[in-house]
Amino acid sequence: MSTSLSGIFFGVIKRDIRLAWSQGGTGTMALSFFLIAVTLFPFGVGPEPQVLARIAPGVIWVVALLACLISLDRLYQADFEDGSLDDLALSPLGLTGVAAAKIAAHWISTVLPLVVASPLLGILMNLPEEAYGTMVFSLLLGTPALSLIGSMGAALTVSVRRGGVLLSLLVLPLYVPTLIFAVGAVDASAGHVDASQPLALLGASSLLALAIGPFVSAQALRLSLE
Amino acid sequence: MVFEKLFFEVNPGELLFLRGRNGSGKSTLLRVVAGFLPVRAGTLTYGEEAWGRGDAALSEALVYAGHDNALKPVLTLRENLQELSRLMTGGLLAENRIAEAAEIFNLGRLLDQPVRYFSSGQRHRSNLMRFACLDRPLWLMDEPTVGLDAENRQALASLMKNHLAAGGMILAATHDPIGAEGREIDMRDFQPTATLGEEWL
Repeated sequence: MSTSLSGIFFGVIKRDIRLAWSQGGTGTMALSFFLIAVTLFPFGVGPEPQVLARIAPGVIWVVALLACLISLDRLYQADFEDGSLDDLALSPLGLTGVAAAKIAAHWISTVLPLVVASPLLGILMNLPEEAYGTMVFSLLLGTPALSLIGSMGAALTVSVRRGGVLLSLLVLPLYVPTLIFAVGAVDASAGHVDASQPLALLGASSLLALAIGPFVSAQALRLSLE
Repeated sequence: MVFEKLFFEVNPGELLFLRGRNGSGKSTLLRVVAGFLPVRAGTLTYGEEAWGRGDAALSEALVYAGHDNALKPVLTLRENLQELSRLMTGGLLAENRIAEAAEIFNLGRLLDQPVRYFSSGQRHRSNLMRFACLDRPLWLMDEPTVGLDAENRQALASLMKNHLAAGGMILAATHDPIGAEGREIDMRDFQPTATLGEEWL
């Protein structure tokens, strides 16, 4: 049988999306966490509309980032535990390609639902009307960086028991630039200022993460096979 | 260091058993051949080509089955096999091929059951089905007979004999007699002789 590399690539994406939304998968978990955690803020800081509007972009972005983070520790760990990682490493696609496919699947299955749900939470947080478009666009543009950077951390901690905390320590500092550019863009739109500069920087951070993420993840996974 | 001065070759149609007590490096050697582990010194060649870690040529030539069963508990056995096939070739398996492979290990009626309901023996046999489902010349089998009853051991032996008759190669690490003929190498002969000197302590 001849080998089709694109068939393998899309096969891995389909497989991971399916597993993420099956029983015990991370897709539903991350989305529920996102909805519940943002809902806590009006209770915590009080229901004044001006206060909520001021903190809305930051809260939505930080919680989306944390929701992404809690789903990351299972990205490679489930495959490591049941031995599938050996099979992934033996795929003719190569481990870098497999890592890229798994990251894409993580973004589609776990992060994209957060982006879709974000306008709803914008209403809850009294986000200024002008900022909705930029918020959704900034999430679309910036969250791939979260999956890509997180994948490197997940690959490095795959063989660590209870590696979730270590993963947070590794990954959260690297999320800071993405967060600053994204919230800067949404705040700019809310204040009727041109948001194109922070958006360009946000896109650049995603592209940088795309350039190194799959490669570094594959190298880290190789270490865990030893 | 796990072993040294080890040299062996496997020709088409040949079965090589790796023997030795637990911890003697049988599994390690299989994982080296599969490209999971780096070698400190020495080379592996496949045909005329040197065989490096992560080469596509390497992954298209071998099937590896290790200690873990590499099955997703939420998927059915059929789905697990299709996912494996798609990962290794990019295409799906023909239904009759899956049915034939399942008959070998007497798993036909379990094909559409989620793997989480399987016993450990059934999981192990499900994992062995990969050898019947993928067309690759070199089989790397780590303890393939563990947990198999006499009947399934027989089935495994005939599957291996068919593969050898078709010109395939098998490297099997095992303690048990399988029922297929092959050469043996004893890992005890390649234990490292050097020990750490006083200055290291």
